[in-house]
Amino acid sequence: MTAVVRIEKLTKEYRLESVTVRALRSVSLAVEQGEFVALMGPSGSGKSTLLNQLGCLDRPTSGRYILANEDVSRIDDDRLSEIRSKYLGFIFQSYNLLPQYTVVENIEVPLLYQGCRLNDKTRQRCVQLAQLVGLGDRLDHRPMQLSGGQQQRVAIARSLVNDPHVILADEPTGNLDSRTSDEVMQMLTKLNDAGKTIIMVTHENDIAAWAKRIIRMRDGQIETDEQNVRAKVRHEMAGEFSASLSSLLAEAIR
Amino acid sequence: MPANINHFFLLWDKSRRSFVLAVRSLWLHKLRSALSVLGIVIGTGAVITLMAFGEGSMQDALEDIKRQGATNIIVQSVKPPDDASSQRRTMTLAYGLTHADYAKFKQLDTIVGSVPMRIFKQELRELHRMHNGRVVGTTSGYRNVNKIELVNGRFLNDSDDDDIKNVVVIGADVAEALFPFQSASGKTIQLNGHDFIIIGVLKERTPLSNAGGISEDYNSDVYVPINTCRARWGAAVYLRSSGSRSGEQVELHQITLTISDIDKVRDAGAVIKDNLERDHGYKKDWLVVIPLDRIEEAKRAKDRYMMLLIVIAAISLLVGGIGIMNIMLATVTERTREIGIRRALGAKRADITLQFLIEATVQTTVGGVIGALIGIGLVFIAPIGSELIFHKNLPAQLNAQPVIMAMSFAVIVGVTFGLYPAYRASRLDPIEALRHD
Repeated sequence: MTAVVRIEKLTKEYRLESVTVRALRSVSLAVEQGEFVALMGPSGSGKSTLLNQLGCLDRPTSGRYILANEDVSRIDDDRLSEIRSKYLGFIFQSYNLLPQYTVVENIEVPLLYQGCRLNDKTRQRCVQLAQLVGLGDRLDHRPMQLSGGQQQRVAIARSLVNDPHVILADEPTGNLDSRTSDEVMQMLTKLNDAGKTIIMVTHENDIAAWAKRIIRMRDGQIETDEQNVRAKVRHEMAGEFSASLSSLLAEAIR
Repeated sequence: MPANINHFFLLWDKSRRSFVLAVRSLWLHKLRSALSVLGIVIGTGAVITLMAFGEGSMQDALEDIKRQGATNIIVQSVKPPDDASSQRRTMTLAYGLTHADYAKFKQLDTIVGSVPMRIFKQELRELHRMHNGRVVGTTSGYRNVNKIELVNGRFLNDSDDDDIKNVVVIGADVAEALFPFQSASGKTIQLNGHDFIIIGVLKERTPLSNAGGISEDYNSDVYVPINTCRARWGAAVYLRSSGSRSGEQVELHQITLTISDIDKVRDAGAVIKDNLERDHGYKKDWLVVIPLDRIEEAKRAKDRYMMLLIVIAAISLLVGGIGIMNIMLATVTERTREIGIRRALGAKRADITLQFLIEATVQTTVGGVIGALIGIGLVFIAPIGSELIFHKNLPAQLNAQPVIMAMSFAVIVGVTFGLYPAYRASRLDPIEALRHD
């Protein structure tokens, strides 16, 4: 197995007025293809900072970050944008859909910035993704017309559209009730079963329990890093789902 | 597909997306958008309207002047300001151009034509019929200078003048009043107790507005040879107004001189002025009008007006641009989170810049188009309104150039004033922007 994400002695410091805050202190970590990692820790432990680093939204103060065999710790802003659009998928706590766009248009956005011409083929793919997450009958709805769970499913579909190496989820169930949380987690689990690498930040043990590997952080350092042998039972329909997702993403769009 | 062409199409896709989004958010915030582009609307509309009216009135003035002839010099008699001696009511005030002046002008070698005019009110009689008109004493040259057209007969000629014949050419209204339902040609009318034979009748024509020369009505005028006029009426003409018996003695009211060459008009004008100054002494009872000067004056006035318009346009577009900048800065703040989302999903700084630049430009372009439509509408409506309410003719000349110019300025303003907000948007830190609510 190859490490799709590898960070070495990653340090991130902020200057807040005259004080230097060390959010990450020489963190090293490797995540392999197909893993499902939960990043846990109290607030201020550096888990969000680490996720931002992994998401190429920021550059480290020192250390190296190798994403899919490319060192991305010292590249310029435009290249970072390109990396995000090609190799990463984001799922946020507050869904972060664009309110002016319909479901399908929201799913299309990463393709546009990836340098893909939007055509019938890409549209077809977005529609299929929407169907895959169970929103086939809401293609032209605006985010405002959807429930929280539905919005998060659109966000999941959007994170998949560019067939990313890694899906980064920041408290994906933070705004959802327990029943819809379960739905979303089942979906993420299914994605993982289909081979997607997922790194998820959460502070809830219930949610972390879905992951195969749990990393706990404290004071900008990794405290514990263990496999979760009692990971929750997989959905019984997983096989069918992962088959259709694989075939969908296998189709070249460029 | 070659890489650069693909690049172009991609840019097109992104621009189209941004354009659709811009139109959508414009529509979503109708009132806000309307208010923010109001400056641009008013600026564009005002410039187009003012340009059209400016151009129209300039054209009008120029045409008027040209009708007087660019190679002409018009010398007029002017009533001098009252002095103490004019207190005596019975005094006949003698002033103005004289036959001596006229004779002198004719000898200047740059002058190829000269038409004297002597004008006074006169009852025109034919047996019991009467018409209040004017007698114009002049020469054959008058016909060319004033572009006279006749329905029948002929205009005065040189032998009429030399032989002091009692002949007259009459205006259309005069013919209508004195000889209804019959041809006036060859008939006789009585002027000041003398019989005059009608040798020609003028075509009906619209009066010429007074742009420098003496205003001329034509339709109620009758034309007699200048020498005949001098012989039958004498040197003085008494204009008696009720309650006052003061009279005026004016030999000639106007002399229109035609200069051989347009380049010599100015010099000739100076010579004429010198002559008049010398001959008339202290009495400033004459005026030299040079239409050529007036053309240049009008052109200068037009240039000044256009400069003023450009300043107005610049100011209003500046104000409009600041309005756009203001609203775009507010929009960027309002949509910080959206910017963060787009950045996370892979938008480059240039993509964000492009999006907000397009949004600003769409706003000002829409504003420019609305302004242009309003402006063009006003150009058509205002003259009608002016005609109905003030009974005044408001000339307007709508050219494509100012319309295109005003609209392209609106677009340029959008790009210019959208640049800073768009730049601000593109410099936002994606993490900070995502956290924004």
